[in-house]
Amino acid sequence: MRAFTYERAPSVEAAAKAAASNPEAKFIAGGTNLLDLMKLEIETPTHLIDVNGLGLDQIEPTQEGGLRIGALVRNTDLAGHGIVRRDYGLLSRALLAGASGQLRNKASTAGNLLQRTRCPYFYDTNQPCNKRQPGSGCSAIGGFTRQHAVIGTSEACIATNPSDMAIAMRALDAVVETVKGDGSHRAIPIADFHRLPGDTPHIETVLEHGEIITAVVLPPPIGGRQLYRKVRDRASYAFALVSIGAVIQPDGTGRIAVGGVAHKPWRVEAAEAELPKGARAAAGILLSDARPTDHNRFKLDLVERTLGAVIAEARG
Amino acid sequence: MQFDTPAATNPIDQLKVVGRPIHRIDGQLKTTGRAMYAYEWHDPNTPYAYGYPVGAAIAKGRIKSIDVSAAKKAPGVLAVVTTLDVGELKKGQFNTAKLFGGDRVQHYHQAIAVVVAQTFEQARAAAALVRVDYVVEKGAFDLEKAKDSAIEPAAKPGEAPPDTAVGDFDAAFASAPVTLDETYTTPDQSHCMMEPHASIAAWNGDKLTVWTSSQMIDWWRSDLATTLGIDKEKLHLMSPFIGGGFGGKLFLRADAVLAAFGAKAAGRPVKVALPRPLMANNTTHRPATIQRIRIGAGRDGRIAAIAHESWSGDLPGGGLETAVNQTRLLYAGAHRMTAMRLATLDLAEGNAMRAPGEAPGLMALEIAIDEIAEKLDMDPVQFRILNDTQVDPENPKRPFSHRNLIGCLEVGAERFGWSQRGRPGARRDGNWLIGLGVAAAFRNNLLIPSGARVRLDREGIVTVETDMTDIGTGSYTIIAQTAAEMLGLPIEKVAVHLGDSHFPVSAGSGGQFGGNCSTAGVYAACVKLREAIAQKLGFNSDDVVFENGEVRSGNRSVRLAEAAGSDGLVGEDTIQWGDLSETHQQSTFGAHFVEVGVDVATGESRIRRMLAVCAAGRILNPITARSQVIGAMTMGVGGALSEELAVDTRSGFFVNHDLAGYEVPVHADIPHQEVIFMDETDPMSSPMKAKGVGELGLCGVSAAIANAIYNATGIRVRHYPITLDKLIGGLPDVA
Repeated sequence: MRAFTYERAPSVEAAAKAAASNPEAKFIAGGTNLLDLMKLEIETPTHLIDVNGLGLDQIEPTQEGGLRIGALVRNTDLAGHGIVRRDYGLLSRALLAGASGQLRNKASTAGNLLQRTRCPYFYDTNQPCNKRQPGSGCSAIGGFTRQHAVIGTSEACIATNPSDMAIAMRALDAVVETVKGDGSHRAIPIADFHRLPGDTPHIETVLEHGEIITAVVLPPPIGGRQLYRKVRDRASYAFALVSIGAVIQPDGTGRIAVGGVAHKPWRVEAAEAELPKGARAAAGILLSDARPTDHNRFKLDLVERTLGAVIAEARG
Repeated sequence: MQFDTPAATNPIDQLKVVGRPIHRIDGQLKTTGRAMYAYEWHDPNTPYAYGYPVGAAIAKGRIKSIDVSAAKKAPGVLAVVTTLDVGELKKGQFNTAKLFGGDRVQHYHQAIAVVVAQTFEQARAAAALVRVDYVVEKGAFDLEKAKDSAIEPAAKPGEAPPDTAVGDFDAAFASAPVTLDETYTTPDQSHCMMEPHASIAAWNGDKLTVWTSSQMIDWWRSDLATTLGIDKEKLHLMSPFIGGGFGGKLFLRADAVLAAFGAKAAGRPVKVALPRPLMANNTTHRPATIQRIRIGAGRDGRIAAIAHESWSGDLPGGGLETAVNQTRLLYAGAHRMTAMRLATLDLAEGNAMRAPGEAPGLMALEIAIDEIAEKLDMDPVQFRILNDTQVDPENPKRPFSHRNLIGCLEVGAERFGWSQRGRPGARRDGNWLIGLGVAAAFRNNLLIPSGARVRLDREGIVTVETDMTDIGTGSYTIIAQTAAEMLGLPIEKVAVHLGDSHFPVSAGSGGQFGGNCSTAGVYAACVKLREAIAQKLGFNSDDVVFENGEVRSGNRSVRLAEAAGSDGLVGEDTIQWGDLSETHQQSTFGAHFVEVGVDVATGESRIRRMLAVCAAGRILNPITARSQVIGAMTMGVGGALSEELAVDTRSGFFVNHDLAGYEVPVHADIPHQEVIFMDETDPMSSPMKAKGVGELGLCGVSAAIANAIYNATGIRVRHYPITLDKLIGGLPDVA
């Protein structure tokens, strides 16, 4: 871990301004991912701006009938919130499928969206990694890639986004609210928030430097059976090989977002139109451009089979 | 004490303390955080410094240069010692890979420098500034590819030969009406103990004190002295508490060597712990195996021919993973052969991990037995019973000292509800395919000399001192029970001090020999103390009785405190083993039963319940023994379902080198475990009539799970771990 300076930001605007003026600065919220990465010198900020004291920890209804979730709401609190449990069951289930009780007590909503990949080559600083050192190459390609992405990959990176929560947010059409260094606000649809790796896998979201997430807004509830199915080698405390967040309506229509397969939560609206025909039809479109490796080809079958199980459970 | 005739009735047979379910006497120290582990020793008056290791970034080659200028200038840095600075070092007797010194890199994350600073954080930050220039050489990292170049290694003294053969296997196999010929693979596995390898080194002139985390105090002491080039007598080693070892702390590791060099350079005591990511590639691991098994049987279900061949790899000078061990002894069959071959691999050192040999060997053999039983249309429990042997099948004149595999199988089948098992793929519970599986457990009982010193003081307290270690197994407790039983005291009157090189050399902890051997050593020392007490009192030691804190002879009795007098009395001895383990095969036996559910859609396999039945001689303490067995069963679940050090065969390292990537079971994976101990003793084994049990609990578990998955799904997976990708193509259509 490199030495760093630290400040507690007095306001959102001040935090954004301070960050924007220092290219080596990072925000710290729960720190459950950032501190680990700093210890390994994968992240090397020279300045940390603590945003825990900014009052961004409220969950409140919106005028439109949705829910505004403060950026600092802890995963545990969000998963257990009455309205979330009642109207956005998918989100609650996805959160509880992730990490452990201790981590969820610390991890924040915004931080969860910004957590970085768990690609083992990203974690080993002896190995080339375009995410860690742009231009150094990708050592995962051709290596051990059982966990890696099967779709939306590039020659530069085949890492996945590890978040469970983000899969639910994607299926629920959440909107990410931010404040930039110049004090301006914007609202970013979750679909646009995470990027595919392309030639710049080190740039994982559309956030500008210094831009701070203040809230994640859920649109009014859409009902339906809301399920999150996480498939993994052990029963708990593991990242998804594949996960499916689904909202299935009584008429068989619905939404699905898939985790463990891409650099971002994977959702294809055209595939959802096929849902009433069943998992095979929907998965076929969802993964039509997949480029798996020998190690992770099984994920194609696994998505289809898991989706089948989710649809069956929703109907049951 | 020379143990060369079977034990007769002795004071242990009273079973007033031994054999009782006594909670571990060090439990409160551990649950309240007062048990001091290696890295935690702290004297407020000592200015400790912190060393952080640098691991090689290549798997094989040479170091051209190391630039430490930036690291030396970093805040708080006291010293930097590199492998080039210290030059070539002698290697310890038990090490294959060198731990430090010289310019050769033998494996990834080999220790090549230690940075010492005033704080841990400063040392870690400065370590990242060390720049190394390598010359990379091509290495061999893929066992499958190296298999054909594997050689028959020379038999090491005292170890079993790589090849054995009895009868005419080829002819018997060719003429057998029912045959099996399959190949199985087991992956590299990591010990993943909770406590990392850690040491504190403190020099006082030419004398060195090391607090460390070691299973084998004397081996470490010798090998550290050799590595550092100092006299063993100048080295004081202490390891009273160990946060798990599983074989990963049998042999001296780099943390102790780096701490010693760091402390010398910094001029003050230095603490070094290996960071978790170094543990997979810097230390030892269980080597992967490729195993071919052939079995030929008659229609009556009797094995006529059995062959087991195994290939594993290691660094030059390394050893075999002896995966055919159990096949030489477990089942009858007149015509048999076993063979082991060793390939050269430039991965980290392969070495012992809990039940080395038998654990991976049974992972393969016990699937093969399930397969041949099915071909014969026989119940696999019945097949095993039919093919039981009471003699060493390679040398039928040599009987087992005591063998009750059949009892384990029968009791287990009854208790587990084995009769519920149906045809493969036949049972279902909602989305779960349900299967039952069984495997035999087998692990040899090893005998190692073990010494102890026992003092009786004027308060009537007995203090046991031995360099035996407690790696979480319960050594403190069973040693206290032994001394209490021998001297007729309640366990509260016994103090136990372990893991110090000032104490008599013991068996140490490994190969499931520690429990039986170390208590036998304490038994021997207690016999000496009893004699000293009797002699001092002028009692005839033949009829003397130790009971209720008194020593009694005829109608005379004296309180032990009084007998001790103001100077106290001491007994010291070492148990030495005669040839009973040569005239008789000493082994431990068991049966594992497992019920699994396999998700019909995803192929996720989850354990529903497990039962182990163990026949392992006298159980010295059913609580600590049960803990050993359920821990081992849990390890077997990991081995069956998730544990695999993934090799990057291009650059030669284990990729998933942390606890996020190398998945050991978590609580949610282990719903229900039951353990039954057969009520037995083995007088051939030791005066305690006990045998090992800590590794037996692992042996066969993974195969029982594999067999249960087959029973659930009808899919036979012969390559561990049995992850869902190996099942998903064969599962029923669900869409």
